[in-house]
Amino acid sequence: MPKHNSTHTMRVQASTEHLAEVRNFVAKHAKSFGFKKQDVADIRLAVDEAYTNIIKHAYKHDKNRLVDIKLGYNSNEFWVSLLDSGKTFDPSSYTEPDVREKIKQKKRGGVGVYLIKKLMDDVEYSKEGQLNKIRMTKKK
Amino acid sequence: MKNFSINHRQVESFDVLELSGELDAHTASHLEDSLRELIDRNKYHIIVNCSDLDYIASAGLGVFMAYIEDVRSLGGDIKLTNMNSKVFNVFDLLGFPTLYDILDDEEEAIEKFETEQ
Repeated sequence: MPKHNSTHTMRVQASTEHLAEVRNFVAKHAKSFGFKKQDVADIRLAVDEAYTNIIKHAYKHDKNRLVDIKLGYNSNEFWVSLLDSGKTFDPSSYTEPDVREKIKQKKRGGVGVYLIKKLMDDVEYSKEGQLNKIRMTKKK
Repeated sequence: MKNFSINHRQVESFDVLELSGELDAHTASHLEDSLRELIDRNKYHIIVNCSDLDYIASAGLGVFMAYIEDVRSLGGDIKLTNMNSKVFNVFDLLGFPTLYDILDDEEEAIEKFETEQ
């Protein structure tokens, strides 16, 4: 049985080499929280997209920078936060992507934030001291 | 170690890329290289078989987004087949089923290509 109000953390360098490790860390806990397969898959992908965005946009592929991943759960919701000290993402600059238009322009990317919002129940961007934080929540 | 691999097969005049493993921002460049190599060799009738693809993130979808227009403008297409429901769900969230041919299997993809020619 999952413990109530359990929290777990992981610190990792900002590199796509660690993507699978980060996804698996979060998915393992989402599973033990008792989520169904599809919910675990949703969380796995949301974390992948958030971590990839930090690697690409906050740290511009500087592998020496660090990302903190924190997750926790109580009886009815599961949350996961990623913290970085790179360039801050401005959520007000976000617009819903038009994939048809992107294809025409041969543009890739720019759909990660959209996926995160679709996959999770709540997404918040904030500052924790000097750090940028994205906090994603999924309810049971 | 990369947890992703591609096997290239020729079926009649079609090029089949069999994807297996996890396609994310780390492994997407591998798919990109394979697609670009086909296009460079004037191979535009491409079937991507996803039967052993366990996972896809937007970086993987991005590769299809970047090359489909080139392939179509040359008279070809990239048709996707054999997706499991978890992978299909990601394509579906971004509206891919109205923009790409996503088919049950290679046979269906070949039939579709043949009716288009």
